[in-house]
Amino acid sequence: MERYLTKNFTVPNSEVIKAYLNHGEGYKAMEKALKELSPEQIIEEIKRSGLRGRGGAGFPTGLKWSFMPRDNGRPKYICCNADESEPGTFKDRQIIENDPHQLIEGLIIGAYAMGVNTVYIYIRGEYASQAKILQKAIDEAYENGYLGKDILGTGFNVDIYIHRGGGAYICGEETGLMESIEGKKGQPRKKPPFPAGYGVWGYPTTINNLETFSHIPHIIKKGANWFKGIGTEKSTGNTLFGVSGHVKRPGVYELPFGVSLKEIIYEHAGGIRNDNELKGVIPGGSSTKILPANMVDVKMDHDSLMKAGSSIGTGAVIVMDHTTCMVRVGCVLSRFYRHESCGQCTQCREGTAWMHQIISRIERGEGEINDLDTLLDIASNMEGNTICALSDAGAWPIQGLLKHFRDEFEEHIKEKRCPLPDSFLV
Amino acid sequence: MLSEDAIRAIEGVIKRYSEKRGGLLPTFHIVQKDRGWISEEAIEEIARILDIPPIEVKEAVSFYTMFNTREVGKYHIQVCTNLSCSLLGGRHIVDYLERRLGVDVGKTREDKRFTLSEVECLGSCGTAPVMQINEDYYENLTEDKIDRIIGSLA
Ligand SMILES: Cc1cc2nc3c(=O)[nH]c(=O)nc-3n(C[C@H](O)[C@H](O)[C@H](O)COP(=O)(O)O)c2cc1C
Ligand code: SF4
Ligand code: FES
Repeated sequence: MERYLTKNFTVPNSEVIKAYLNHGEGYKAMEKALKELSPEQIIEEIKRSGLRGRGGAGFPTGLKWSFMPRDNGRPKYICCNADESEPGTFKDRQIIENDPHQLIEGLIIGAYAMGVNTVYIYIRGEYASQAKILQKAIDEAYENGYLGKDILGTGFNVDIYIHRGGGAYICGEETGLMESIEGKKGQPRKKPPFPAGYGVWGYPTTINNLETFSHIPHIIKKGANWFKGIGTEKSTGNTLFGVSGHVKRPGVYELPFGVSLKEIIYEHAGGIRNDNELKGVIPGGSSTKILPANMVDVKMDHDSLMKAGSSIGTGAVIVMDHTTCMVRVGCVLSRFYRHESCGQCTQCREGTAWMHQIISRIERGEGEINDLDTLLDIASNMEGNTICALSDAGAWPIQGLLKHFRDEFEEHIKEKRCPLPDSFLV
Repeated sequence: MLSEDAIRAIEGVIKRYSEKRGGLLPTFHIVQKDRGWISEEAIEEIARILDIPPIEVKEAVSFYTMFNTREVGKYHIQVCTNLSCSLLGGRHIVDYLERRLGVDVGKTREDKRFTLSEVECLGSCGTAPVMQINEDYYENLTEDKIDRIIGSLA
């Protein structure tokens, strides 16, 4: 198994441009792209590679890039989404800290392919030290002539700016992010119009996740066929799985799509703490539906997880052992979505608040048996027909918990207390 | 009043955006770094520099949880209690800090030394439980580790 995104993470000072250039391949893909390939050829290559976005929705990247208008009259923008706020997710941060130049190289190639001269990297505000590392890498790229005017004598210009967020999950949503760059509240826009037509300040904009851009130089360097040879037919390449919770070795693991969840947990993350029994796993970040222990043979790719009734999301695997109270899990997650709802849509604003109230009541031992159907009712009302997907993201985890752990909710209600004395506290 | 350095930094950062207003979030960061929090007075000043109605600056500042619209302690301690951290004792960390520092969560201690807050996921789930003090992260927390960290603060 070949690692490419994290290959150089263990090289001393791997975040410095010298280390990136020393391994002999640094900025070579960009040079090839700018000097030998046309923008159309690059987009075609990315399309053929099958690369899908790593920000959660899994949209095909090449296709997204092809939506950008080709005329060069008006400004166009790229936004790199480094908001990384989906609970359980801490992967983009590893790229920034350990190999930021592959990201910068990917951004330059993307900018050239879409005729963009200004790139904003929207990084979550809390990542202050990461923003510094990234700024230093950007400065180094300017000093070496890879950014700015007339890059490598090709006449192509591009600037990259870091924009720090202010602590709001909703700014990870693509149009919320754009509003936030414009200096407004990060409230998502109604779509259509889509960002490729109407993005930052109304200009054509493409937004991708930070990890998505980081795959680009590798694809350009080694070709679409190489990339397609990794992973599964419909989920190509490696991806970064962030494993947290009750495992012995939490961390970020670069593995091909299609690896089994079991292998991630038991081989890479070292198994369950104290060799406890596994109870459930959230496979792709807080908004994806939980899977019970007997489903860990599932393969980690878009189609397999969809079939299993969940989704790959951001590849953030949250592992829970037998001590875990699933009603408490529901409390924490519903509180989060309630807190982060931007309030524009009634279903989302009211639904997230209501859910949190009911689940907290059940946890306190004050629930009633019809509360469970009420929860499912609220959840189905929250799905679809809101301005953005936060509402759905708030409904899914609760639906997952009630599907697989309904008896535990019922026990809380019947016994009027939490039946799991060793569970984590809320 | 904002310092001259702060005003210069704001004027520099505006240039990155095709409309001045794009500089609003960077400006909040600059002002908070300069003053520790964003006061009514600062809001008026920001509105003037960026040509935005003060009410819109106020709305924006309150939308983002990182910006303090009240004075906070010298050390702002923010503990994550989202899922990965909670699974490994995030709640216990909050309780411990409340006792250890003598301040309730959500409050600033009377001597203005500490403010204790609970926050959502900090993107450090693999090194849970986690807290942030001002701009720095402290990971894999235990009671002992917290004692050492608090002891080392000036
Ligand atoms: C509520 C919400 C929060 C999101 N947060 C993030 C985020 O933190 N990082 C991210 O890359 N994408 C996030 N997304 C997905 C983005 O809207 C968008 O789909 C993504 O950045 C596109 O990049 P990709 O095609 O490379 O995946 C979020 C979506 C929603 C609905
Ligand atoms: S679904 Fe929720 S977060 Fe999204 S726009 Fe509507 S209220 Fe805001
Ligand atoms: S859950 Fe605490 S840092 Fe992510």
